[in-house]
Amino acid sequence: MSKKTDQDKLLQDSSYALGYTDEVEYAYQAPTGLTEELVRKMSALKEEPEWMLERRLKALRLYEEMPTPTWGGDLSPIHFEDIHYYTKPKMAAAASWDEVPDAIKNTFEKIGVPEAEREMLAGVKGQYDSEVIYGSLKRNLSEKGVVFLSMDEGLKQYPELVKEYFGKVIPIGDNKLAALNSAVWSGGSFVYVPKNTDVGLPLQAYFRINTESAGQFERTLIIADEGSKVHYIEGCSAPSFSSASLHSAVVEIFVKKGAKVQYSTVQNWFKNVYNLVTKRAWVEENAQMKWVDGNLGSKLTMKYPSCVLAGRKAHGELLSVAWAGAGQHQDTGAKMIHLAPETTSLIVSKSISKAGGRATYRGMVQMVPGAHGARSKVVCDALILDDLSRSDTYPTNKIMENDVVLEHEATVSRVSEEQLFYLQSRGISEKEASAMIVNGFLDPIIKEIPLEYAIEMNRLVELEMEGSVG
Amino acid sequence: MLKITNLKVKIEEKEILKGIDLEISPGEVLALMGPNGSGKSSLANTLIGNPKYEVIEGEMVFEGKNIGEMKPEERAQIGVMMAFQYPMAIPGVTIREMLLASLRAKGLTVSALDLKKKIADEADKLHVEPGLLNRSLNEGFSGGEKKKMEILQMRILSPKLLILDEVDSGLDIDALALIAKNVQEMVKENKMSVLVITHYQRLLKYLQPDKVMVMKNGLVVDRGGKEIVDNLEKEGYKIYE
Repeated sequence: MSKKTDQDKLLQDSSYALGYTDEVEYAYQAPTGLTEELVRKMSALKEEPEWMLERRLKALRLYEEMPTPTWGGDLSPIHFEDIHYYTKPKMAAAASWDEVPDAIKNTFEKIGVPEAEREMLAGVKGQYDSEVIYGSLKRNLSEKGVVFLSMDEGLKQYPELVKEYFGKVIPIGDNKLAALNSAVWSGGSFVYVPKNTDVGLPLQAYFRINTESAGQFERTLIIADEGSKVHYIEGCSAPSFSSASLHSAVVEIFVKKGAKVQYSTVQNWFKNVYNLVTKRAWVEENAQMKWVDGNLGSKLTMKYPSCVLAGRKAHGELLSVAWAGAGQHQDTGAKMIHLAPETTSLIVSKSISKAGGRATYRGMVQMVPGAHGARSKVVCDALILDDLSRSDTYPTNKIMENDVVLEHEATVSRVSEEQLFYLQSRGISEKEASAMIVNGFLDPIIKEIPLEYAIEMNRLVELEMEGSVG
Repeated sequence: MLKITNLKVKIEEKEILKGIDLEISPGEVLALMGPNGSGKSSLANTLIGNPKYEVIEGEMVFEGKNIGEMKPEERAQIGVMMAFQYPMAIPGVTIREMLLASLRAKGLTVSALDLKKKIADEADKLHVEPGLLNRSLNEGFSGGEKKKMEILQMRILSPKLLILDEVDSGLDIDALALIAKNVQEMVKENKMSVLVITHYQRLLKYLQPDKVMVMKNGLVVDRGGKEIVDNLEKEGYKIYE
């Protein structure tokens, strides 16, 4: 298939409602390719402290030395030299909706950000390409001392905190893509929740790639201090491009003693985006980290949110859904690293593959010597909708302690003729019946995500199921 | 209301119905009896359009419409429905969600809240544990719970022709009487017709049939009234050997 027809096909894809490109003026767009000069210029434009520039340059050297990973998905079609690594829109970050330019407003309206705000969400931040254009934070959050800023702004206002935690749980040389992000990161969120503070309503951020071949390298750092509680929601969508786009984020989370953090993502990138993300949380004594991860879009996603369970009774959890449609490969999973006694973890991964899509579960549970009484449970359920599609499971267990418990369950199923017939015999059409069965399969995860995402996900399933059976 | 003429059906190249004639009028209860493997359930499944059963000859006319070519959902929408002997589990879907979709598929405007109340009322009448209404349909339900939930669905969907496929298997006497009472009500109030498929006689003590038919080896071997049931109770199916 030629590139042109490939693109036409993507544009005609009725299930992707956000396939449009808005006209936005850029104040600065770096030429394609990655050089030391670019990194220096970026850092200078952002007026960063010297130590951040040094980290970027060190990361750049590591990135250049490290080979591109050959396990997982096929990364060979990415032309790293053709990517714009930094673009800066013309306007500065706006504090209220009125200040946001119309073109950008339209985009946000199409994604539904204002609706979200009207529904009294705690704070709304949107990332438009590399800068945070629009952000607002409800007064009650400020009163609690909760910090919710773009990463760039966080670095300006809280340099000491950033210096202490940036790159601490995901070192800049952790993997090639994390090194790339560390060299050219821009935007993302910085969150600090003070001791014993419950944020209450979830914090939301919307990310969006809008420039052809714009790499988006956001960087998020969340610090939940002792006894605090926060739920952070990230959602993504990208309009159509003529060449593949790269998204490579790094998310670091610190869950201090007794704190609870939930991080929810529903990514619905356009189907030519490479989504290569590193996410890791450091979880201390009696603290809990829960990742809720929905992967619906992108061409290839490689993402394995991890928890380092560092303190006694720390708990880590991952609930994920992957949808692999035509031309998509979702290579996702989780890592749970038990470093302390009585730590517990749970991984529930559900995938659906359809029309030639490929869903891979790749996960690791590690229990080090001394992790006495650690427990972990891994559940992988795959639903395969036709003979063209594929599902694989690659679990790895590294257990170095004796008195531990590890459970693993895996199922692979299909929508059965009998189930379809049963629902049809109640007057429900075959198409609707199969969507019901698929949504039912996803139900345990859908219950965990915010309502507007749940509705979007249910609708997507219904659209994707059209003509898929029979 | 329903007229079946010379119906021949095969499943995987094996002829299992070899020319069935049958007629049911509005408000009539027809008991279809016969030993295991006689073709009773095959007839029921053919009526509701199970794709595994292939009609090779004959016709099925419901209210003047030839339903033989209709999809299962179309048959259900015009009022032909079955309470299954072995209903399928649908993980992640509650009876409420399923019934809402069914009623809406018929083009009815239904409020989820009203329906919820109606389901709760019917569940109460059938002594269905309210907790079951929030669970995945039929997943981990006992045999008796499944049967009651099937009848509950029928109470809400109110078909014109209800097929009860071995609804009495695995039920205690109290549950059986309750189910029969709920079905009887629908016959009286809505002039619903019922095709009761049963191997045993005990359900028919509670749900009085107007007509009785006996099948064996894919053919009708006897037709008549209630006296057939009494006779079968005394003599067993050996009288048809």
